[in-house]
Amino acid sequence: MAKSLTQEFTKGLWAEIPPFRLVLGLCPVLGVTTTMENGIGMGLATTFVLLGSNLIVSLLRKVIPAKVRIACFIIIIATFVIAVELLMQAFAYVLFLKLGVFIPLIVVNCIVLGRAEAFASKNGVVASIADGLGIGLGFTLSLSALGAVREILGTGTFFGIELFGASFQPFTFMVQAPGAFMALGLMLCGMNLVGSK
Amino acid sequence: MVDMIKMVVVLTILSSFSGGVLATLRDNTSERIENQELNLVKGPAVRQILEGASNDPVADRVKMTVGEEEKTLFIGVFDGNANTVAFETTGKGYADKFGLVVAVNTDDDTLVGIGVTTHKETPGLGAVAKDDPTWAAQFKGLPISEPVAITNDGGSVNAISGATITSRAVCDAATDALKLYSDIKPQLLEQIKAVGK
Repeated sequence: MAKSLTQEFTKGLWAEIPPFRLVLGLCPVLGVTTTMENGIGMGLATTFVLLGSNLIVSLLRKVIPAKVRIACFIIIIATFVIAVELLMQAFAYVLFLKLGVFIPLIVVNCIVLGRAEAFASKNGVVASIADGLGIGLGFTLSLSALGAVREILGTGTFFGIELFGASFQPFTFMVQAPGAFMALGLMLCGMNLVGSK
Repeated sequence: MVDMIKMVVVLTILSSFSGGVLATLRDNTSERIENQELNLVKGPAVRQILEGASNDPVADRVKMTVGEEEKTLFIGVFDGNANTVAFETTGKGYADKFGLVVAVNTDDDTLVGIGVTTHKETPGLGAVAKDDPTWAAQFKGLPISEPVAITNDGGSVNAISGATITSRAVCDAATDALKLYSDIKPQLLEQIKAVGK
């Protein structure tokens, strides 16, 4: 094995952190990060799917015929996504309502399929779990950070708690689509500045 | 040829297995999901609107078929009189469909109150319709004979500033709900009689 397990895990947290370094999976990144709570919920749901699909894909990597591998990956991923959807409805209904259509959309999130194709189908089970967990947590971190920035500026709250007095006029556009692009772009810029040193 | 058969076999086994897993999961969560919806979404809205009722409107609910749809009706008892009925409808908001609980007094045909349940309106703007009870309080006591409308459209409801579309949508949904109420009132009264003893 070329890299150690720790490396497989930590690369997802900085070197290949999905939305910022790979600029992948932007649909939920821009769509649900109006609050920090949404960001964490969406991130954890995606992590669960990534972990599950990486595990099953790497277990079955010798059984799945190469010509229909994408179809097989999608079946596996879709199964985990529906499972996460049902479980969220049963145990975290309020969060499920806020995330809405973005939960079923995890199926077409290119990070999940990307990891199945590029990593899990070529590597062992343990390495794939480390990879899925790392990328998933990196995704969760990015979404929470973006959610925190947009929530604090856009509604003046953090985790639903009022931060500023009544005189604070929130930058409402931050919780709308243009604010998402601006916040993401500025954070991307910041990360590249730090990373280039 | 062998390849072909292998592909078909793998895909078939994978699909049936995932179907089986999901069916089991669904069977095991469906009851919990229904309860979650009742307790976390409709329940609080119904209880808030029918505040002061001597019964528990969520416990005293009846199911009634309206057209092709099955509606759940929540009955409120005031002063020993089962004279208030609440039910949920949907409307088309700024972002997506939203749920609206509407309560009507069957004695004098006036609106007892409204409450937004599920919604995807913009936090800080359209979401005020759900978050600010004083805005919803404007609907209290409106007669069902006239369409509910915001002041710009000749009605009596002050629109939420910055969220005219949402305000208008809530009014439209309420108007539709009241129309439905008028249509089903005869059947409704019979159902209510069974509850109020």
